[in-house]
Amino acid sequence: MSRRASRSRIPVALLLPGLLGLLFLVLPLVGLLVRAPWRSLPAQLSSADVWEALKLSLICATSATGVSLVLGVPLAWLLARTEFPGRRLVRALVTLPLVLPPVVGGVALLLVLGRNGIVGRWLDSAFGYTLPFTTTGVIVAEAFVAMPFLVISVEGALRAADPRYEEAAATLGASRLTAFRRVTLPLVAPGVAAGAVLAWARALGEFGATITFAGNFPGRTQTMPLAVYLAMENDPEAAIALSLVLLAVSVAVLAGLRGRWMSTP
Amino acid sequence: MITAPTRVAAATAAVLALAVGLTACSSSGGGAKSSGTPAAAGSPALSGTVTVFAAASLQGTFTDLGKKFEAAHPGTSVKFNFGGSSQLAQSIVSGAPADVFAAASPATMKTVTDAKDNASDPKVFVRNTLEIAVPKGNPKHIATLKDLAAPGIKVALCAPQVPCGSAAQSALKIGGVNLTPVTQEQDVKSALTKVELGEVDASIVYQTDVKADQGKIDGVDFAEAAKAINDYPIADLAKAPNPAAAKAFVEFVESAAGEQVLTAAGFQQPTTGGEPAGAASTPASAAPSGSASAAPSAAPSASASAQ
Repeated sequence: MSRRASRSRIPVALLLPGLLGLLFLVLPLVGLLVRAPWRSLPAQLSSADVWEALKLSLICATSATGVSLVLGVPLAWLLARTEFPGRRLVRALVTLPLVLPPVVGGVALLLVLGRNGIVGRWLDSAFGYTLPFTTTGVIVAEAFVAMPFLVISVEGALRAADPRYEEAAATLGASRLTAFRRVTLPLVAPGVAAGAVLAWARALGEFGATITFAGNFPGRTQTMPLAVYLAMENDPEAAIALSLVLLAVSVAVLAGLRGRWMSTP
Repeated sequence: MITAPTRVAAATAAVLALAVGLTACSSSGGGAKSSGTPAAAGSPALSGTVTVFAAASLQGTFTDLGKKFEAAHPGTSVKFNFGGSSQLAQSIVSGAPADVFAAASPATMKTVTDAKDNASDPKVFVRNTLEIAVPKGNPKHIATLKDLAAPGIKVALCAPQVPCGSAAQSALKIGGVNLTPVTQEQDVKSALTKVELGEVDASIVYQTDVKADQGKIDGVDFAEAAKAINDYPIADLAKAPNPAAAKAFVEFVESAAGEQVLTAAGFQQPTTGGEPAGAASTPASAAPSGSASAAPSAAPSASASAQ
């Protein structure tokens, strides 16, 4: 009763800016739909370039998420469950790519992994392999930008999970690795999943680091955001069409995930 | 466990924010914020801000010209928005407040004239020739356009959507060279940067860019460049917030003083006939060929609107 009463009295001071905020976030998307060249859309989207870019985007974002899971979950565990000197600094460094402009990340990657970079020079001379301008380069750039999202998600979940379950497992003779695999991981699975979705979405939209580190070549390194940016140079209709595809993919993924993870609070 | 819904909600927010970011970026384009205070149209004294949208390859020369213009017209202030010509043209058509547009190709100027956003007919004020940029010392011994297609040579080109890219494409076509670049960069400066960093072995850029970056890279002239010359048109704009100053700036760029700055940077003057410059066939460094006709007489003749 009292709850219902309080709900009906929404203070205007909150309602107004709240609705404005909603409008601000949704209006640009509406603009995209309004200005969409619906008539020529089938033709725009049936071009081979679009599918090439979309396919590349999906493959790279998924691979980057995979890399983030393999490297990021253990990193999150180290940050949440162990004590070592300089842990705070490490934690700050891990989250740095979150606030770093992606272009800066791309420049940094180029200087380290590029043909003349500290590591890249060695890769080139030892294996004749160079990362920039390759699809692997795109994955590296995307993983660099997206992994922190996963790490902070998983670390948060680990901190929220009660370590006593792990201790109980340990008293029953489980090794630390077994306890992690059989107890901790299932406990934080929703956090890992949410982090993976965040990382995937971030990787899908990644632009700055990709164009700086991996360049732009259709079919090899040109992901959807790059295709949108270049289409905007001389064919805004194509850019809108490409943006719609990205929007549709993002919405579809979120809608698909909602059923799986939102229903189990 | 409790965090799961909020995380997914955060993911939703993140994706939406990304989508918004994309649209915001694509719609706002160059976005020059300076709104010029309109000068009294009749008064001879100019004042206020002149907002000039200019191709990235004009950055060095136009910055210089802007300072000279401000000195010649006290009370004025020139603000620049440098970028890819096509992007700038789109911004102008979308209503960005600009007084002057200087493009790196007639095709990008056409975007603006098609929308009737130009106040005067565009005039070709300079031309630019392509050159191959290679890392210092030319380690891969690149001497001709054909060398770029050799196996193991990594080349960065401009994307075909931007003027330097379309010029490079036509040069390659003329030379019959079939080339797969490792990347198609979004403007000439970023293509050049990849050479400077040593990530690629060569790039096709403008002669003026090579000249501006002397000391960090070397340039290799190639024969086909003479047939793929880029014309740079300039026009003051119909919706210019400061029309008097816009007109004055265009005249200043075309004046003898303007020509001097531009030719010193390696740009060529358009020939009176509007035919491809004969001067371009001399491959040696972009000596401005004495410019006997230093008067602005050459400029108006090229007023043939952007094809």
